[in-house]
Amino acid sequence: MLMRWMAVLALCGAAAGWASELRFCLRTDPKTFQPLLVEDESAEAVRYLTGGVLIRLNRYTQELEGDLATHWKVSENGRRIDFALRKGVRFSDGTPFTCQDVVYTMHQLMDPALHSPVGDAFRSGPGATEAKCEGDSSVMVRFPAPVAALAAQFDEVAILSAQSKGKDSVVLGPFEVGEYKPGEYVLLRRNPNYWKHDGNGRALPYLDSIRLEIQQNRELELLRFRRGELDIVNKLDPEMYDRLSAEMPHAVVDAGPSLDWEAVFFNQVANAPLPEYKRRWFRNDEFRRAISEGIRRDDIVRIVYRGHAHAAAGPVSVANRFWLNSALKPPSGSQAAAMALFERAGFHRSGNSLYDREGHKVEFSMITNTGNQLHERMLALIQQDLARFGIQLNVVALDFPSLVERISRTFNYEAVLMAFTGPDLDPSGQMNIWLSSAANHQWNPNEKTPATPWEAEIDKLMMAQERSQDRAKRKADFDRVQQIVADKAPIIFLVNPNALAAVSPSVKNVTPAALSPQIYWNADRLQVGGNLVSRR
Amino acid sequence: MSFQQKIALAVLAVIAAAALGAGWITPHSYAEQSREFISAPPSKDFWLGTDDLGRDRLARLLYGTRVSLLLAPAAALLSTVIAALIGGAAGYLGGRAERMVTTGIDLFLSLPWLFLLLAVRALLPLNTSPVMSVTITFLLLGCLGWAAPARIIRAGTMTLVNSDFLVQARAGGVSRGRLFWRHLLPNLRPIFLAQFWISIPLFILSEANLGLLGLGVSEPLPSWGALLRDLENYSAVLQNPWMLAPAVLLVAVVGCVQLLLGTEQSAGDRAVC
Repeated sequence: MLMRWMAVLALCGAAAGWASELRFCLRTDPKTFQPLLVEDESAEAVRYLTGGVLIRLNRYTQELEGDLATHWKVSENGRRIDFALRKGVRFSDGTPFTCQDVVYTMHQLMDPALHSPVGDAFRSGPGATEAKCEGDSSVMVRFPAPVAALAAQFDEVAILSAQSKGKDSVVLGPFEVGEYKPGEYVLLRRNPNYWKHDGNGRALPYLDSIRLEIQQNRELELLRFRRGELDIVNKLDPEMYDRLSAEMPHAVVDAGPSLDWEAVFFNQVANAPLPEYKRRWFRNDEFRRAISEGIRRDDIVRIVYRGHAHAAAGPVSVANRFWLNSALKPPSGSQAAAMALFERAGFHRSGNSLYDREGHKVEFSMITNTGNQLHERMLALIQQDLARFGIQLNVVALDFPSLVERISRTFNYEAVLMAFTGPDLDPSGQMNIWLSSAANHQWNPNEKTPATPWEAEIDKLMMAQERSQDRAKRKADFDRVQQIVADKAPIIFLVNPNALAAVSPSVKNVTPAALSPQIYWNADRLQVGGNLVSRR
Repeated sequence: MSFQQKIALAVLAVIAAAALGAGWITPHSYAEQSREFISAPPSKDFWLGTDDLGRDRLARLLYGTRVSLLLAPAAALLSTVIAALIGGAAGYLGGRAERMVTTGIDLFLSLPWLFLLLAVRALLPLNTSPVMSVTITFLLLGCLGWAAPARIIRAGTMTLVNSDFLVQARAGGVSRGRLFWRHLLPNLRPIFLAQFWISIPLFILSEANLGLLGLGVSEPLPSWGALLRDLENYSAVLQNPWMLAPAVLLVAVVGCVQLLLGTEQSAGDRAVC
C-alpha cells in the first residue's frame, strides 16, 4: 500500500514538473542579456546557458568542438577563418539559422559603436573586419591582423538572429530567458528548437527550466542547498566544503585545481613613493626569489585550503594540461635555500632581524583585500615564514577600491597578495599581464621600454607566440616565459585553489570540470530527479 | 558591598591578573604557530586547544584580554567625557544651545561613519605596527562613540535642572558654579558611569566588526574582537565548545561590571537623597 502511494506521488511530481527544474544561485543580477555586451559573471552564466556558438570549448577535455559550425579552418596566419555551418538549425522563435546570422553577429561584434567587450579579443589591428556568406552554409571571416587562438575566441560569441534584430530572447542555445525578476531570479526555459539530440535521438536539453536565484550571501546559499531548495552551489570555499562534506558527503565535488592563482608581487614602479633602499630590495631578483623560496606553500595548501589547492610553480595551473611547463616545480620552502639567496643578494642576519648591505632592517608591508579570510590566514602564515629570516612583515587589509587605487594609480604600496581569477587557457589571454607595456603588468605597469632584459625577452616571446599559428612553437615560447617568470619571480605564485562545488545527488550526468562553469558546463545533458520524458 | 559584588570584584581581579601574568600561565606566545597541531582540542600543552593556524587559544585569549581590557575602557572613558561635556552643557544651558546641540547630535548620528573609518584606514601609513593600529582604532571609536551617550546625558541633565531640589537651591541663592559642582554633577555620576560601562562591550564588539574592514587589530596581535570573529563558524563552535571561551570571558567581565555598577548607582542614589 505504502509503495503504491509513493509511486503515485512520484508520478504526480513528474507530471507537475518538479523534477525537471535545476536551481542554483547567481551572486548578482545579470547586467545585460545582450550576449555581446557581457562583462559580469552572472550575465556570462546566462549567456553560456542560452547562447549558441560556432565553436565550443569542451570544459572537460579542454578541446575545441564544433557546435553550430561542423568544421572550421584558420588560414592566412590567423587572419581568416572559414566555417561550415550546421544545417536544419532553428532559433528559439522558430526562424532558421543561416550564414546571414553569422555575418550579422560579426558586424555587431566588431561595431565600434556597440563597444562589445567580447569583441575586444578580436581587435587585433586597425581596419575593418570582413564577414561574408560563401554559399548557403559557409561563412568566411577575415580580420585586419592575425588574431591569437582565433578559433578558441569563438567560444564566447553567441550568434544573434539577423531576422529578429535586437531581440535578446531569440537564441540558439539549450535555454531561453523566460522570466526575470530583478533581485529575485532569472528563469530560463527549455528552448523547444534546440538542435542537439542525445545518442538515443532524444531532444536536448533534458531539463524543462533552470531557475537562477539572485543570492549574494554565501551562507544563505549553503543553507538553502542543505534544505534542498537549490541543486547546485557552483563555487564553495574550503571551509564551506568541509562543513558540507561532514553533513552531506555525497553532495560535495572537488574538481581538482582550477586555473585561478593566489599570488604575491612587489612594487617595482620606478616613481613609486617608496624609500630608495626598499625599491632596490624589490627590484632585486634574488631578494624576490628568496622570499618565494621562503614561503611554505605546502602549509598554505594544508592549513588555509584544507588540502583543496595545489602549490603553484608559475602562471599556468596544472589544470591547464597543454600549456603547463611541467619542468617547473614549486619552491620547496627550504629555510637554508632561501637564506642562501638572501645572502647572495647582500642581506645578513643580525640578532632577530635581517639587514641589507647598508644596515636597513628588512621590514615591509603586504596589503590584501579586507574580509577575505583565506587571504588573512595566508598572510598570517607568510608573516611567520618570513619571521624565520628576521623579516618583519606588516599585514594590512584594505577595502577593495583602496587596494586597487594603490596598486594601479598611486602605486603607494610595497607588496600585495591577490587572487587572479579565471585566466584563459591560451597564453594570448595573458598578454595584458606579461607585456611590459601592458596596464596589467602589475609589478610595473605601462613601461615605455622594458625595464629589464628579461622583461624584454618575455615581450619578444609573447609577441612571437601571439603571431604564430604553430601550436608547438607557441608552446615552446610560452614554456620559456614560464621559466623566466619562475627564475625572476616578478609575481610569486603561491597556490592554485581547487574548484569546489556542491551538487545535489538528484542531479544526474554531472561531469565536474576545472574550467568555469565547472558543474553546469554540460547543462543540456543534466537531469534532475531522473524522470526523463521522451522528446523526439 | 554585597557578597555578589565581592565575588564580581574577585572575578575581575583574577581575569586582570591572568591577563597580566599570561607569560607565566602559558609558555606559548600569541603569535607562535604550531602548524602540526591546527584546530587541536584542549590538551596538556594547549589548555584551550589551538586555532586554525595552530596558535594557542589560551595565550591569544590572555594577551587579547590585555589589549581589550586596556583599550576598550580607555575608549569608553574618552567617549563618556566628550558626551558629558557636550550633553551636560546642552542640558544645563537649555534654550537655543540645547536645540543646537540636539540637532548636532542627530546629524552626527546620521552620518555614515563607516566611510570615514575606511578613509582613515586608507590614509594610515602601511607600516603601522599592530599595537599602533589597535590604539588608533580604539581612539577613533572613542571619538566617534559620544553622540548616543550625549543624548542620554542631556536628557538626564535637563531632568535634574528642572527638579525641585535644584529649583529650591536656585531660589535659595546658590551660585551657578556651586549649583553645578555640588548639586548637579554628583547626581549625574550614575548616568556617566552607566554610559561608561555600557560602552566597553560595545567598543569591544565594534572593534571585532571593524576587523572586517581592515581597521581592527592586525595580525598577529589578538583582541577579544578578533577572537570573537571565530564564532562566525557556528558548526565549528558546536564541535569545539572551548572556542566559546572569549565570549564567556566577555560575558563574565560585563556581568561583573554590571554588578559593581549597582554599587555605584546606589552610591549615586544616596547622593541625591
